[in-house]
Amino acid sequence: MAKGVKPRVKVPKTAAAGDVITIKTLISHKMESGVRKDGDGNVIPRSIINRFVADFNGQNVIDVTLEPAISTNPYFQFDAVVPEAGEFKFTWYDDDGSVYETSKKIKIA
Amino acid sequence: MEFKTLLTSVAIIAFSAGVVSAQEDAILAIEGEVISTSAKAPAFADNLDTVYSGWLFRKNETRSLQTDDFDNPAFVFVDQGIDLFEKVDGTEGKACASCHEDVEDFAGLRPTMPRVEGGTLVTMENLVNECRTERMGAEPWKYSGGQMTSVTALIGLQSRGMSVNVAVDGDAAPFFDRGKDLYYQRVGQLDMACSNCHEDNYGTMIRADHLSQGNINGFPTYRLKNAKLNSAHARFKGCMSNIRATPFKEGGDEFKALELYLAARGNGLSVETPSVRN
Amino acid sequence: MDFTRRNILALGSGAFAVATFAGLPAYASKTDDAIAAFTGGAGVTDGGVVMTAPEIAENGNTVPVAVSAPGAVSIMVLATGNPTPAVATFNFGPLAGARSGSTRIRLAKTQDVIAIAKMEDGTFRRAGATVKVTIGGCGG
Repeated sequence: MAKGVKPRVKVPKTAAAGDVITIKTLISHKMESGVRKDGDGNVIPRSIINRFVADFNGQNVIDVTLEPAISTNPYFQFDAVVPEAGEFKFTWYDDDGSVYETSKKIKIA
Repeated sequence: MEFKTLLTSVAIIAFSAGVVSAQEDAILAIEGEVISTSAKAPAFADNLDTVYSGWLFRKNETRSLQTDDFDNPAFVFVDQGIDLFEKVDGTEGKACASCHEDVEDFAGLRPTMPRVEGGTLVTMENLVNECRTERMGAEPWKYSGGQMTSVTALIGLQSRGMSVNVAVDGDAAPFFDRGKDLYYQRVGQLDMACSNCHEDNYGTMIRADHLSQGNINGFPTYRLKNAKLNSAHARFKGCMSNIRATPFKEGGDEFKALELYLAARGNGLSVETPSVRN
Repeated sequence: MDFTRRNILALGSGAFAVATFAGLPAYASKTDDAIAAFTGGAGVTDGGVVMTAPEIAENGNTVPVAVSAPGAVSIMVLATGNPTPAVATFNFGPLAGARSGSTRIRLAKTQDVIAIAKMEDGTFRRAGATVKVTIGGCGG
């Protein structure tokens, strides 16, 4: 597990059924690109979050493939339809095999 | 010296010194709350009329990052600061939170730092490490390391929007004077003082950088350049390296005095910690 | 080395030749390859997708960009001047509220950032924006 990786998400607490809401997500991750060199001139190997998935009640909202050109602490903003009350699940996949997850519930107003 | 003359002439050819740019009337509203980004310059800064926050000198995209606490990339480190604040560390089995139950109680601290205690000038980093070593029995944190900046950002955040108000008289006077001397002292191969850029030429472009007045009301600041929080002393060190001078030590007497002087130059500006800069 | 006029001319023209060659967008073929891989060789037409990026990036480390293409199944973002053009691919699921997404990217230098959208009808659309990436003067 890469060190100090911590997700943050911003999801409204409530929505009307069928509403489109804006979600913002961030995860603290260095996103070592694989082009940097250390003090001795050796290439620092790539180590990034390579995929981000957002699901709602088991259905997919967005599935993003990330490359090293995504900035440190990958940030995504996107819209989701909220057909009913439920739970958003956010998953990040790391090159090193780790999987980071967080979830947020939403109520129907 | 040739280089100095060249630099001076370049500065003159560029915009007239002291012009902030069309952005000086931009309004900074963080999470909907407006905070001021300029103030009347303190009396001792006789070459300035108004002091401006560094926020005004950045491009729109950078400035907008600071208006929302989720979009502000510094907050991922503030979150880490919260974890550190609650984490038990050291021989005494305490966390910061064991004594400081509510981090919000720190409101009002940032605007007065650095300050003199028992004849010594102390910075917020000094206070944190003093607690760690004397009361927690824990190892001191690296002065500008990730743990320290996360926690000083968290503490500074509690005073966001409050006016900077450091003491410059009484016990603080000798440190203030030293800081002032350092500010105007030319150093390094480029033989430049802080004032050459930040007082004489703020508002102009130095290559592609839009020079600010160098106020520190937003520190520790998240810099796009290194995608992390930066302490004031780390920034001073970088500036000195850029003018090919041997930097003073972070946490040392010179930088602490300079920090006091710079904070005082910005007296009246709002605390913006944690700010977003380039 | 003693520089005779002959040496300097030879060096100069050599350098000129190298410079001209290097002046070709060195990564153009990588970008083309990436697009071909995404489209399977199908043609790409302009429009139907919007790429939003700043005109001048304050710092190439963190450049905010946004892509939007109503009716798109997925949108691929490419930084044509980066060592590797691939940046990200947004794939929209059944509960996507809009076929759009924003993120922050790294740009190595001034370049065109392009978005290729794969539409529901199987066609491909394209848009781009030029982002100037500056090198700071006194970044500390």
